[in-house]
Amino acid sequence: MELFRNTNIDWLGKKWYFLGFSLIFSIVGVLSILFWHGIPKGVDFTGGTQIRVSFDKTPDENHIRAAMDKGGVHNATIQRVSDPSGHAANKVIISLPISSATDQAHDAGRQAVEGALAKDYHDSKATVEQVEIVGPTAGKQLQKQALLATLYSLIGMLIYLWFRFELIYGVAAVIAVFHDTLITVGAFSLTNKEITLTVIAALLTLIGYSMNDTIVIFDRIRENLATSRRESLGDVVNKSINQTLSRTVLTSGLTFLTVLSLYLFGGEVLHGFSFALVVGILIGTYSSIAVASPMLVAYQEWRTKHGKGATLPTGRRVKA
Amino acid sequence: MGKNLAGKTAFIVAVLLVFCYGIVGIPKGGLKESITRRINLGLDLKGGTHLVLQVHTNEAVASAVDRDAARLQTDLQAAGISGVTAARSDSARPQTIIVTGIPTDKISDARTIFNGLNYSSYDLGTNPDGSQTLTMKQSAATDLTNRTVETSVETIRDRIDKLGVTEPVIQKYGLGDNQILVELPGLDDPARVEEVIQSTAKLEIHAVVGGPFASDQDALQSNGGMIPADAILVHGSSSAGAPDQVWLLKRVSEVEGTDFRDAQPSTDQNGRPNITFTLTTEAGKRFYAYTSAHSATSSSPGSMAIVLDNKVREVASINSAISDRGEIEGGFTKQQAQDLSLMLRTGALPASISFLETRTVGPSLGAASIRQGIVAAVAGLLAVMVFMLIYYRGAGINACLALILNLVILLGFMGFAGSVLTLPGIAGVILTIGMGVDSNVLIFERIREELRAGKSAAIAVQQGFAHAWVTIIDTHVTTIVSALILFLFGTGPVRGFAVTLAFGLLANLFTAVYVSRVIFDSHLKGKERGAVISI
Repeated sequence: MELFRNTNIDWLGKKWYFLGFSLIFSIVGVLSILFWHGIPKGVDFTGGTQIRVSFDKTPDENHIRAAMDKGGVHNATIQRVSDPSGHAANKVIISLPISSATDQAHDAGRQAVEGALAKDYHDSKATVEQVEIVGPTAGKQLQKQALLATLYSLIGMLIYLWFRFELIYGVAAVIAVFHDTLITVGAFSLTNKEITLTVIAALLTLIGYSMNDTIVIFDRIRENLATSRRESLGDVVNKSINQTLSRTVLTSGLTFLTVLSLYLFGGEVLHGFSFALVVGILIGTYSSIAVASPMLVAYQEWRTKHGKGATLPTGRRVKA
Repeated sequence: MGKNLAGKTAFIVAVLLVFCYGIVGIPKGGLKESITRRINLGLDLKGGTHLVLQVHTNEAVASAVDRDAARLQTDLQAAGISGVTAARSDSARPQTIIVTGIPTDKISDARTIFNGLNYSSYDLGTNPDGSQTLTMKQSAATDLTNRTVETSVETIRDRIDKLGVTEPVIQKYGLGDNQILVELPGLDDPARVEEVIQSTAKLEIHAVVGGPFASDQDALQSNGGMIPADAILVHGSSSAGAPDQVWLLKRVSEVEGTDFRDAQPSTDQNGRPNITFTLTTEAGKRFYAYTSAHSATSSSPGSMAIVLDNKVREVASINSAISDRGEIEGGFTKQQAQDLSLMLRTGALPASISFLETRTVGPSLGAASIRQGIVAAVAGLLAVMVFMLIYYRGAGINACLALILNLVILLGFMGFAGSVLTLPGIAGVILTIGMGVDSNVLIFERIREELRAGKSAAIAVQQGFAHAWVTIIDTHVTTIVSALILFLFGTGPVRGFAVTLAFGLLANLFTAVYVSRVIFDSHLKGKERGAVISI
């Protein structure tokens, strides 16, 4: 069985469509981040208290809210949990904002919520399954750490690509993964899904994955540049994308399959994580073809225009 | 590469066996028990409590400076330099002692004392007004800070051990942030843990200078509007239920938590719970000297306040000299007396702590998560394997074997390294499957290209691997680089994910490239040039 044998698609000819598509998605995401939901941050980063409670029967949110009010917990957000597959789990997440979880009165919010539940669900129909309390100091620190980790890992990859290819390849790849991250975070903002520490792990995974995809194509470009000197760079890039298309579609398809199974069967604890990957695999595959590769050609055109020599450096190559 | 296939096959089988051992060890009991004995599950999978604590090390520095200031004053007096005040500077400069009132002709004498061994960890200075300053050297303060965190870790470990939690993790956390990570598997009620760790963060016995007063203002008024430099105001109530009052206490404590050698819950003559304690020999001598000088029969009778977490819990007059044994009566409940004596037994914390993060996962949620994670991993793996078999036929078998071996090595690795499998770790496993497939696809597509170009099977396989190898190295190294960075700068779940991913990719380099090649070679071995492969 074979897909995409001898494809001959003019990818670069569609670069304006791609640019438009990327711009629309990026702008929609950025607008949502700036003017609508912002970046919805989970308790890991904002600080606060989050308590996951499981009930015997489908819980009535109003009843819980009333119980909280009676127990003196007035600022709680009550949110019902449902699986990605859609059927409701008998669970709610009760969230308290940061003011209820200062470093000093760390545990007060949890005790108040548990007290309120115990009073109103005294026949032990409510079970506290998970408690997360993050103080303001820890929240800021985790946020800083996550941002730094992302930044450092991008720099690490850029340096590696610089060393193995040329600087422009690294720059193009990093811009492409930045594009992916922006659109994925935009998707989180649009759907108002919380970004937690696990989602950060997923975002970093998608960066690594998108980078992989880009490297496979770049590698082919480098190889083709070394053998076919008469063709224009545009032709080489098109040829390289087509030659690797079969692999790209196959790998992305299969990875998408595993990620989709995570999304469908991984349970709601991993909901945000798998959502980021489902979106990220799609956008990461697209960007290596539609964003990273055209950028090499655009760079070469710029070089020609400014009289810096038309050849795109092919960089070093390990001996096979 | 076609040579020595038997040797290579033996090597692969040996690797397989080694890592199988990593997963199950010496099989004992059922397969499930063997695996769970070797592979450590994270708290998110087996349930438990995760805490991050902040040690307020600046307190330990301040109280060390306080003690040195008090000692300095004594030393100066002993050297015949009287009328001198040595006290810690304001809270903006907690590392500095200011010495005022030294007569001009005695300054060089005083400086000799400052330069003596007792104060070698201080830098000397002179203020414009003629007062002398001793500032604790940064290296000394850092040492003290580190020691404080280490002592806190030990103290908390002792306390947790007595709670009977199996395999707790208690360690320094973060880089230079003076934080402690506490992980307690299987314990999903953090309330008592927090209480045991925190409620007696700091215990001291102070001499009472004056009081009780109804409020701070009252206390100030009866002292002429100013608190003496060597005293502090402390709130509290001398018995449970009594209204809040204020005492004026000597700033430097007579006995600290670390001076306690033993403490046991007991009952007084009326059957109320109390605590009997024993002090260390040295503290006992000090305590005896103080209490005999201030007992009811002496010329200056006094009383002592038991201060817990900067709150007065009990004030008692000193009836007679106490050497190394005493009692604390504080209107405790039986549980409180037990917990408090546990704290005293295991030593008090050298500084107070606060909680930064508390995460608790109940065992049922953990079990549900692991079931779902495994279902997702198996479903993803099966779907991928079925597809590879359909798409690449014979070569699909290589890919399936490589994938399975990859998983065995990855899990075995974790068993050997003792690393912890978390929920994001399972996600890392799923991602490893994806990248493992990618390597196979890269190789197989290249082989197909070579075959289309009319090369013989043997040449196509060789060329295919050679070409794909470059790309595989590039993709793997980039991802391993980012996994390493994640491990270095990430925390908790991010780290667990990074470890699994890095191990998985290393395993993949072996399985997708080496093992798959050996399978191809053994298939082609001994066949003539026209042999075909199913791909």
